[in-house]
Amino acid sequence: MTDVLLAIGTSKGLFLARSTTRRSWELSDLTFPMNAVYAVAIDTRAAAPRVYVSATSEHWGPSVFHSDDLGASWVEPDEAAIAFPAGTDASVERVWQIAPSPTEPDVVWAGSQPSALWRSEDRGAHFSLVRSLWDHPHRPDWAAGFGGQAIHTVLPHPDDPRRILVAMSTGGVYRSDDAGASWSASNSGVQVVFAPDRFPEFGQCVHKVARDPGDPNRLFLQNHNGVYRSDDDGRQWTSIADTLPTDFGFAMVTHPRRPDTAYNFPIIDGGDRVPPDHACRVFRTEDAGATWAPLTEGLPQQDYYDIVLRDAMCADDADPAGLYFGTRNGQVFASADEGESWAEVATHLPGVLCVRAAVVG
Amino acid sequence: MPTIVLPAALRQYSGGLGSVDVEADGELELGAILDGLDAACPALARRVRDEQGQLRRYVNVYIDGEDARRIGGLSAPVPARAEVLVLPSVAGG
Repeated sequence: MTDVLLAIGTSKGLFLARSTTRRSWELSDLTFPMNAVYAVAIDTRAAAPRVYVSATSEHWGPSVFHSDDLGASWVEPDEAAIAFPAGTDASVERVWQIAPSPTEPDVVWAGSQPSALWRSEDRGAHFSLVRSLWDHPHRPDWAAGFGGQAIHTVLPHPDDPRRILVAMSTGGVYRSDDAGASWSASNSGVQVVFAPDRFPEFGQCVHKVARDPGDPNRLFLQNHNGVYRSDDDGRQWTSIADTLPTDFGFAMVTHPRRPDTAYNFPIIDGGDRVPPDHACRVFRTEDAGATWAPLTEGLPQQDYYDIVLRDAMCADDADPAGLYFGTRNGQVFASADEGESWAEVATHLPGVLCVRAAVVG
Repeated sequence: MPTIVLPAALRQYSGGLGSVDVEADGELELGAILDGLDAACPALARRVRDEQGQLRRYVNVYIDGEDARRIGGLSAPVPARAEVLVLPSVAGG
């Protein structure tokens, strides 16, 4: 029997759902009420999973908590887990991403608003600012979109601790090959539609990047207008949007094991920003983006106007893989069969900002 | 010594207490009072001020009933026996 934990971060708190079937779910009460939960992570590297939550109160500011009992209790250090050090001129507004390192057992990465990268060496109790990226000469030109100016994607390399990729809106993709000592903008081929220079070195509004499970140099990117693939760890990007109904969207998720397989949730751009054909459809590619096909079984196909934000779609690590997404209007769907069919986990929640799922027993 | 009166939402960081007394000899500025709170209850203090020491945008502080932002902000004088009332402002929906 597989025990799966699904963490649902919403604009007004966290919900935890548990299931042994991935078809019926037991949903917790709301925790962290009146806190926007922009990031969750389920760290299964150690025998006892640790769950991380970024919770931001509009009144009382941001904080990062962790739980070693799957959400029964939460730990918050006396000193802030993430705070800009003396000598900087910024304050953390939100933590958008929490990413345990696949190669360093106690290391956890985080991305924040304003755009900053953080590294913890004590399993997420305290984080240090990565000064090399904070001091990058491009930083004064990174700008805020509607959601705020943040590093929302942190992708440590699965085999090489020296290599790490981050993405921010706006700013784009940056890579380090020297354990974060130096950083290079890595947006070649990724377009900008909101400024006169269509292909600048940086400044792109990248919405999400996901890494292929088979080839760590292969990446999938959902842009603010554009869906791309890179086969060289982000140095060059090529459009893979031809068979999608629209190239706009926020989410991008790769399969946990199957190479060349990725999922997104297309949204009409421009004045609409609702799903094409007003249907709730996840699109999947199984050939690295050459073709995409809609997944619709169990999803509403008429008069549907809801959307999925950048971190509100995920896969679990079970076999077959489970897929999950939550919407701005507080509906959560799960698939226990790699996206072939879907069932509702919850509805009428606050707007969903992020979901993460993992086998925990 | 001034007393900082806390809203219910912050009492989990004060051991359940509704108010916290801050050591002060005579009149101090609000910033110094909050420095004292930071030393005693850092998890509480960082919910009132950010890491740059600024009052959070949607936190209001009243010194004997006067809005601190109108009488000097962090430089506002806090008399030795003042009540410093912390309240959440209008935010959220």
